[in-house]
Amino acid sequence: MKEGTGIRDYDWWLMTTVFAICGIGVMEIWSATHASHLAGMQWKQLWWIALGLALMMVMSRLDYHSVLDKAPILYLVGILALLAVLAVGHTRYGAKRWLPVMGEFLQVSEIAKLIIIVTLARFFSDVRTDRLLLTDLFKAAVLTAVPVGLILLQPDLGTAMVLIPVVAAGAYLAGIQWKHAAVMFLAAALMVPVAWHHLKPYQKERVTTFLRPEDDPKGSGYQILQSKIAVGSGGFWGKGLGNGSQNQLGFVPVRYSDFILAALAEELGFAGVFVTLVLYTALLLRLIQNAQRAKDRAGMFLVMGVAAILGFHVLVNVAMVIGFMPVTGIPLPLMSYGGSAMLFVFLALGLVMNVRLGRFVN
Amino acid sequence: MSPWFQNDNRLPQTRLTVISYTIVGLMALLLLGFWKLQIINSDRYAQLAERNRIRSIPIIAPRGAMLDRYGRVIVDNYPSFSVLLLRDDPVQLDHMLPQIADGLNLTLDDVQQQLDAAKTLPHFQPIVIKPEATPGDIAFIESHRADIPLLEMLMVHRRRYPRGGFMAHVSGYVGEVSADQIEENSRYRPGDIVGKAGLERQYNEQLMGVDGMRRSIVNSVGREVGRLEQTDAVPGKPIRLTIDYDLQLVAEESLVGKKGAVVALDPKTGDVLAMASQPSYDPNDFAVRISKDEWQSLNEDPERPLLDRAIQAQLAPGSIFKILMATAMLESKAIPADYHVFCPGSAEFYGRVFHDWKKEGHGTVDLHDAIVHSCDVFFYNVGKQLGIDKISFYGANLGLGRKTGIDLPGEEPGLMPSEAWKERIYHQKWYPGETISVAIGQGAIAATPVQLGYMIGGIIMGGRFHQPHLLLSDQAAPEVDFPISDSTVDTVTQGMYGVVNEPGGTAFASKLSGIEFAGKTGSAQVISNQGLARAGKQADLKDNAWFVGFAPRQNAEIVVAVLVQGGEHGASAAAPIARDIVKAYYDKKQGKLPPQELTTQAVPGIPPAFAAQSARASKPNADAEEGVPTKPDPVAATTTPVATAPVSVNP
Repeated sequence: MKEGTGIRDYDWWLMTTVFAICGIGVMEIWSATHASHLAGMQWKQLWWIALGLALMMVMSRLDYHSVLDKAPILYLVGILALLAVLAVGHTRYGAKRWLPVMGEFLQVSEIAKLIIIVTLARFFSDVRTDRLLLTDLFKAAVLTAVPVGLILLQPDLGTAMVLIPVVAAGAYLAGIQWKHAAVMFLAAALMVPVAWHHLKPYQKERVTTFLRPEDDPKGSGYQILQSKIAVGSGGFWGKGLGNGSQNQLGFVPVRYSDFILAALAEELGFAGVFVTLVLYTALLLRLIQNAQRAKDRAGMFLVMGVAAILGFHVLVNVAMVIGFMPVTGIPLPLMSYGGSAMLFVFLALGLVMNVRLGRFVN
Repeated sequence: MSPWFQNDNRLPQTRLTVISYTIVGLMALLLLGFWKLQIINSDRYAQLAERNRIRSIPIIAPRGAMLDRYGRVIVDNYPSFSVLLLRDDPVQLDHMLPQIADGLNLTLDDVQQQLDAAKTLPHFQPIVIKPEATPGDIAFIESHRADIPLLEMLMVHRRRYPRGGFMAHVSGYVGEVSADQIEENSRYRPGDIVGKAGLERQYNEQLMGVDGMRRSIVNSVGREVGRLEQTDAVPGKPIRLTIDYDLQLVAEESLVGKKGAVVALDPKTGDVLAMASQPSYDPNDFAVRISKDEWQSLNEDPERPLLDRAIQAQLAPGSIFKILMATAMLESKAIPADYHVFCPGSAEFYGRVFHDWKKEGHGTVDLHDAIVHSCDVFFYNVGKQLGIDKISFYGANLGLGRKTGIDLPGEEPGLMPSEAWKERIYHQKWYPGETISVAIGQGAIAATPVQLGYMIGGIIMGGRFHQPHLLLSDQAAPEVDFPISDSTVDTVTQGMYGVVNEPGGTAFASKLSGIEFAGKTGSAQVISNQGLARAGKQADLKDNAWFVGFAPRQNAEIVVAVLVQGGEHGASAAAPIARDIVKAYYDKKQGKLPPQELTTQAVPGIPPAFAAQSARASKPNADAEEGVPTKPDPVAATTTPVATAPVSVNP
């Protein structure tokens, strides 16, 4: 489809960073699970990575313009899929999030993230102005609100929240007016008490214990406290891979997934955390650089949509691990164990490669 | 291809750069957060991680046993299990609490209460929710190890005392260490079992061992996944007592149903051969966990079972004091040894009439007769001539008014009044009439049974006073020497021999054939005659009966002091008890009394009736305990004796 571009034109800096992060992730998944009944999880993770890479290749070979072209259809398909999950989805841990696909359970909201990125990229590049009008802003908000609402019904507060930065970054780059931004911000602030009223009890509990975890160190503050103990006890060099007592004895909650960074911080110390966070920063900056060099606004919006979601994931997850944010169930991209999330990231990176490769053709 | 994206390559570069910097800034902030946790507060979290990981369960060290002088076990331990509740995981705890309460036959309220009480303790520290596990409890815990990982069994050594209050005041009892004790002695930790009274308290350092610790690694659901090195418990050392179980048994049996005390001493060494106090209590009740009600009822019992009368009952010694008077008279040489007095049944001093206990009088009596017949008028005259200061001088030097130093906590000093004492305490002048009362052991004077045994023992040993002690030792006990001439010792000894062995002697009824048994009777008023009139001559205010005896006449081997409160007459109530003990001593010496064999199981020698009758046999009689400290805690009882009003007349 594309002439003159090949494997050498991929962003190898970006891919190196991605592989490094994945490598650390696989290693820590091994360490966190090797002595438990979950042993062998790292192989499954590697399999997901391989599958993700393949999907990324496919994605990068499509012309992103043709993808954007089909945005309205994709959007409708996405909405239907979210409705389908609510109707016939598989319930796990009290939430309907999974649809069975090829013998595995796929988390449909991961696909929804991708579709929202595409939809909003299409929408904002359609606007073609440096001063975003209120009507357009409103339209963008509605476009986002529908899937957000459906995901909230599952209920999955974390994933629903993840979609907000996509529209926020898009609006910012599309030239949102300061007064609009201020009004939006105010409106959001006013919504907080209303939203609070509609939160599930377990969600409320997470927020209150985040605010004061020591009040209830064994109830719902348990996760935050144990995570902090794991991180803090790691010290500068850590206790060594496979030697973290918090990790190995199961005190760190879901240590192979949402709290994988806590496990890593305990075993590899501040040094390990430093390397990991530098890698993530490099990844995000590299994404933005790709956006800056995109051939057109559509490409930029696409890349920045991906950057917004990944950046949000990383920042919120890391903040949660050290108790800066409540527990929201947002995994750490590329490191946390999970097939759907891994596939999403690689598909999103495929979009980015796609935009990058677009630079080299006319 | 649709035209929506064409010719649009103006990118908001500045805004993209702003986003880059924002990301770098936020990342730096997060790294700062890690720095704070991992570098600045690292030690604190490392500690918390260790607490999570390691569960420490104590290994309780057994206390040392108490043996009698021949090595027979009197107090020992038996193994028992306490149920520990691990509180590391409150979520699990809340969830399993009803099941736990049900399985251990406890009420949910009770368990919850104990949990609330332990709220201030660190979570990783398990609490004892049932001190004594039944076989059913143990089966329940074992069979639910997998699904209720919150219960543990703690092997403990429970103290086992002879039943029925046998020797309870000597052995004392143990209990959980108090906050004050922890402050006093850094060796104690909360929850430790320490001696609270008696020898358990006195020799706690020897008896108490050092607990060990079993440390294991547990995972997040409390399941043990590994063991760390374990520190073994160091058992406490046993103590060998001077008590002769065979004599102790006779002493205890002789007091059944009475209120009083017996102390048998070896005057040559100070060894306490037997020591009993009644009414008593059962220290086994304290061994597990005494309930508040039980403690209160023991404490508020008007019979005061917690009081160790042998060392804490401070009472007027009555005629026993005449031995001291005789010694003072002869040693001071203020009065000739052949001093005579005509006793018409009463005498007038300082304008008041003082009666003799025998209305018709004793006729002309010398010192020997006065001791044998316990003539009051003779000693009134001796007292008048000696004066209170001389009496007080000899009293203090012969062991009154100060603690004997016996190795038991809570000993009382008694009181030996003097002019200076009255001036200091009451800011009043000493009236000469008071001396007359003191001369026959009445009035402000007060002594404990162990003091009187110590005093008589010292006098007949020629003034060598050996500190009474319960711990058998190769080394001689500290002794106080106040040399008394042989002639004085001989006169006094002959007098006391006459008390038991001459017809007409006050304790002639207690004569022992073939044994040179000597002694002195005493009957002391517990209340002044005026007080008696006010109380309306209640039968409850009967005189206290005393007897201090020894054998043989020369080189005495045993001294026995007996107090029977409300026993009225020393001759009839106290002397037979001393006689029985002396007889048992000789029987044993001559091989007539088979030694009682003790096993660790129980104390078989105690008659079944003993336990039932031992405590609370007679009626409440608070007034009869004048001079006895009124503080409820038997250990901390240190009140100075309340001096009774001077008694004017001896009935």
